[in-house]
Amino acid sequence: MCEALRDTPMPPTPVAAPASPVLVSAAGLCFDAGGKRLIDDLDIRIREGRCSVIMGANGAGKSLLLRLMHGLLTPSAGEIRWRGRPMDRAARRAQAMVFQRPVMLRRSVLANLRFALSVRGLRAGDRDSRIFEALRRARLEDMAHRPARVLSGGEQQRLAVVRALACDPELLFLDEPTASLDPSSAQAVEDLIAHARARGVTVVMITHDPAQARRLGEDLHFVHSGQVVESGPVQAVLDHPRSEAAQAWLDGRLFVAPGQSTPT
Amino acid sequence: MGDFWGTMAEAISLILQWDTDLIGIIALSLRVTLTAVAIACVIGLPLGAVVGAFRIPGRTLVTVVLNALMGLPPVVVGLIVYLMLSASGPLGPLQLLYTPTAMIIAQTILVTPIVAALTKQVVEDLHGEYAEQFASLGVGRIDRVLALLWDARYSLLTVALAGFGRAVAEVGAVLIVGGNINHVTRVMTTTIALETSKGNLQLALALGIVLLVLAFCVNAAVMAVRASAVRAAYV
Repeated sequence: MCEALRDTPMPPTPVAAPASPVLVSAAGLCFDAGGKRLIDDLDIRIREGRCSVIMGANGAGKSLLLRLMHGLLTPSAGEIRWRGRPMDRAARRAQAMVFQRPVMLRRSVLANLRFALSVRGLRAGDRDSRIFEALRRARLEDMAHRPARVLSGGEQQRLAVVRALACDPELLFLDEPTASLDPSSAQAVEDLIAHARARGVTVVMITHDPAQARRLGEDLHFVHSGQVVESGPVQAVLDHPRSEAAQAWLDGRLFVAPGQSTPT
Repeated sequence: MGDFWGTMAEAISLILQWDTDLIGIIALSLRVTLTAVAIACVIGLPLGAVVGAFRIPGRTLVTVVLNALMGLPPVVVGLIVYLMLSASGPLGPLQLLYTPTAMIIAQTILVTPIVAALTKQVVEDLHGEYAEQFASLGVGRIDRVLALLWDARYSLLTVALAGFGRAVAEVGAVLIVGGNINHVTRVMTTTIALETSKGNLQLALALGIVLLVLAFCVNAAVMAVRASAVRAAYV
């Protein structure tokens, strides 16, 4: 990670109580596709008000896990709970997700925000103030009437983040939100994430960047072969990984688990 | 060759004279075609969007049927509509046979599968891109269909254009159900067929030229709209 990112002061992160309540939990989670078990008896707990980072090698099942927790995919087995209760429609509406490649409707920047808020049932009067705030926060006021798809990758990702935040979620899923962005664009997206954290939004973020994990994250869940093999405070997991898979990944080594045919 | 250019010159002269019969035929053609395309769009766009966006039961069957109906033989459609609207048919009491309404019905039946099948393809592709975002936002089914149709509007213009092309050039079905009655159901294509058989090539060619110019103008207008949308990244 470049110096600019490392040295830039981040907005203050709210200090969560040591034992924040569990917002989302999954137990015995499995997901099969194409005859293969891609998520295998996975357990995870996401604590409320904190930023949880999910790390792991490509193909480990991180994005699948996010989609399962957000309800975009239905697990083959196991259960996902929201505040200890089965996930329902209201719980899903309290969540938002930003994808690695932002999905922009074929409309203006303004219309993209307006659509998201109208779907959430906001009245026109309430929408406008939120849209203005979102545009200002993403520094896209001057581009409000431009087609969203002509924005740069960084601008599109900023719009995707503020569009998700404009829906006022309690939980925000971020699937590698700064992948393939240049340092200054990544910085701008990180600022938005930090702002969401300051508002008390629980964040679950996938990243491959240990420095970013240290900057933004509090809890870290390391995923390997469809299982969470290690969880703990970011600092502790990154400095003293206990699992062989996390150690190997952080050292940049290939790791083949017993019984596994291909390295991940 | 000389005959051809002579006939062409007379045809152009006929157009320039702005003959009232000619204008009447052109106006009726446009009224029938545009009405049929509009009705086909009202039915076909949402139908195609629903089939394209949702895994509804029987989706594959509906897709196969729509694709098959795209190649419906116009004379068969004309015959079926004729039987339905004839005095002894189930819709006989409506007395629609040999009226422009009968021609609109026949053209609508021909154009709707084209609009629906092509819309299904356009919407399916777009939905593949939007599906996760829609699911994440919790977009309902009706909002989803409306959003997909709106965002695909420039591509759907081309779909409507395909329907227009089919309808405006159609002769078999409208001839059977319209009867090609002068000043009542005589449209450009049926007149071209009739006048050619009578040897009145000037009028037939004049109408042929008008038909080509109309098709060219409509295509050019749609392409211009689409090109501007592409430039603005809305496609």
